[in-house]
Amino acid sequence: MSFVPEKQVFKSSIDVLEIGTGETSVKLGGQSVWPLYAFDGPLVNPPRVGIQISDLGCAGAIAGIQDYYADCADIAAQTIRAAEVPGAEFVCLILEGADPNGADRSVAETVELVKTVAAACPLPLTIAGCGSAEKDAELFEALAEELEGRNVLFLSATEDNYKALGAAVVLAWGQKLAAESAVDINLAKQLNLLLGQIGVPNSALAMNVGCAVAGYGFEYVASTMERVKITALGQNDAALQIPIITPVGTDAWTVKESMAEEADFPEWGSREERGISFEVATAAACLAAGADAVLLRHPESVSTIATLIGLLTEGGE
Amino acid sequence: MALKGLDIFKLTPKTNCKDCGVPTCMAFSMKVAQGALPIDACPHMTPEAIAQLTDATAPPMKTVHIGVGDAAHTLGGETVLMRHDKTFVSKSLYAVRLTDDMPAEVIDARLTEVAALDYERIGERMTTDLLFVSHGGGTADAYVALVEKARTAGRTLVLDVTDEEIAKAALAKVAGAGPVLHGATPDNYEAFYALASDADVALGVRASSLAELHDTVEALEKLGTKRLILDVGCASAKEAFAGAVQIRRAAISGGDRSFGYPSLVNIATLAAGNHHLATALASLFTLKYGSIIVLEKLDYALSLPLHGLRQNIFTDPQKPMKVDPGVYPLNGADPSAICAITCDFALTYFVVSGEFERSGVPTNLLISDAGGYSVLTSWAAGKFTASSIAKFIAEAGIEDKVTSRTLVIPGKVAVLKGELEEKLPGWTIVVGPNEAIQIVKFINELSA
Ligand code: SF4
Repeated sequence: MSFVPEKQVFKSSIDVLEIGTGETSVKLGGQSVWPLYAFDGPLVNPPRVGIQISDLGCAGAIAGIQDYYADCADIAAQTIRAAEVPGAEFVCLILEGADPNGADRSVAETVELVKTVAAACPLPLTIAGCGSAEKDAELFEALAEELEGRNVLFLSATEDNYKALGAAVVLAWGQKLAAESAVDINLAKQLNLLLGQIGVPNSALAMNVGCAVAGYGFEYVASTMERVKITALGQNDAALQIPIITPVGTDAWTVKESMAEEADFPEWGSREERGISFEVATAAACLAAGADAVLLRHPESVSTIATLIGLLTEGGE
Repeated sequence: MALKGLDIFKLTPKTNCKDCGVPTCMAFSMKVAQGALPIDACPHMTPEAIAQLTDATAPPMKTVHIGVGDAAHTLGGETVLMRHDKTFVSKSLYAVRLTDDMPAEVIDARLTEVAALDYERIGERMTTDLLFVSHGGGTADAYVALVEKARTAGRTLVLDVTDEEIAKAALAKVAGAGPVLHGATPDNYEAFYALASDADVALGVRASSLAELHDTVEALEKLGTKRLILDVGCASAKEAFAGAVQIRRAAISGGDRSFGYPSLVNIATLAAGNHHLATALASLFTLKYGSIIVLEKLDYALSLPLHGLRQNIFTDPQKPMKVDPGVYPLNGADPSAICAITCDFALTYFVVSGEFERSGVPTNLLISDAGGYSVLTSWAAGKFTASSIAKFIAEAGIEDKVTSRTLVIPGKVAVLKGELEEKLPGWTIVVGPNEAIQIVKFINELSA
């Protein structure tokens, strides 16, 4: 008997999150099939790729990244250059400079910097905090107001600051918010529910369910994402029907095997090649497990993952 | 496929002779259906009935053995679609492709690379698992010469050849080493079935569509072989991905025995000339059902994340990789050396101890029992808290084993500092960095 593939289409679907405005706006989520399974049914929106830049510029970055931005005089020029990377659909500005344990830029200073980035950025903008729950809450409240109407996604609200951020970022200023949890489906669900309780609708949310680099405990990420998707789609759990956005570029360049100097491990070869490889391998694994968007740093990684998504969702018929 | 008791009962002699230790044939059948008794506990079953039942109760995907000695590998035998349900049992194997139309120096360079890639990562040897030797259209002599050359690398070979005479000549040289003959197509499968059975090797099967592949597998099964590997197709990445998923799904949730075989994904063709795209695809197919993954090349830059990912994915979801709790003296630390504590997740230990070693500063690394989870996960789960750390230090007799009373805690659990100072009188608690990579700088400054 001739083989007829079984198609698995769920009755539930992932909610759609839109970021940005006008022609360049980007939609995440929407599918009622398993991640990347375009052969089962339409993905509605393919997974998206965002390019990460830092408010500290690219000092300290790998040579290839510095070269790419070499002719950029300031952060605004870098933003434009980042948006030009083939495959980049939105820009993610990381506010590293605001870190109280680092450069500790003030909120006012940071707002001025973000204004120039927002003015220059031709693509939808997402803004990642410095990692301090308290400082991020202050920053995001100020920025949400300043960027009203731009439909910006802020990463991320945690257990510690979700109330302030849900109220200010979403309810007061109509922006979008990512809820961050540490590789655990129950924690992810709980934070989404808490945000729901203060009135934040699913349509304003993304979730960062945590990440680990390939080779560094990725099995937890894979299983968390897969369980989130099977619960959202198969069991119609609305609290998990929220698109997953995963920052990959931040960690992929800092694990031992990617950042070790070639001088110390000559057989490992170029540090840049290793970094791209860790970034690309981790991003592809995240997409396979269920990420609806990934954030990447190296222009080559961005283009490679955009090509992969294109090949899996459109090309090749 | 779960068999019903009634289906089994139909095949018993229905004599209720009790030789199986159960009062009736029906009761026996129910026990077999529950898995409580093996079918051969009844001495009166006909061989046909046993064959029929063994087939019906066999695992959904066949296990295929290839290679011999150190280069032996096991493929397939998978029982689930998602790793959190049950362990993925047979690791993806990475193959590097050689073809007879490559310039000799490229072949040599590849073989040198294969020899150079050989290292240990968390107790596992990482290397190029297989060589995929393609017939690119040259003469039989040229192909056989390449096969013989490839053989010297000591890896199990996949003979990618569809011409019967050339396949036969190559097999004659390496059949004893258990290569895969890849192999069979809808046009040549009868001849290739004969070649593979004579040489006693696994047979790869390819076709231009999944329907045609299924028909060819059925035809091969009729001829009498179940030692097959299925090529998911290489017309496009989309088709290959659909093929890998649909074959696995048909086998596991569809109960389709003719697709219950390990797979082969030819990324060397899908991403020809694009090493970074190959990296992305190799990662994708490691998660999604690639048993043999063929690459143009495999260097350290690709191997480190890929083999690492494989090491993560093919683990028992119930058992986190753990190291034993206790004191780990690093860089020749004596009892007076500074103490640092982290949790018992193997990768945390691997990364953190590596960084301390890189710093050169003698340190007693304390590993607390934290359920095998990473710092934040175990902290969130209540397994890496001030109380659990204090309890560990008391129960493991740390205060007798070390004389230093300075304890560095991971920056990610800086919140524990105050409570730890209360629970561990006499200790100075120092908040360390958030990320392992900052350890070298941190510990050097601390001990300066
Ligand atoms: S030994 Fe076989 S025939 Fe006898 S009772 Fe048991 S099942 Fe029936």
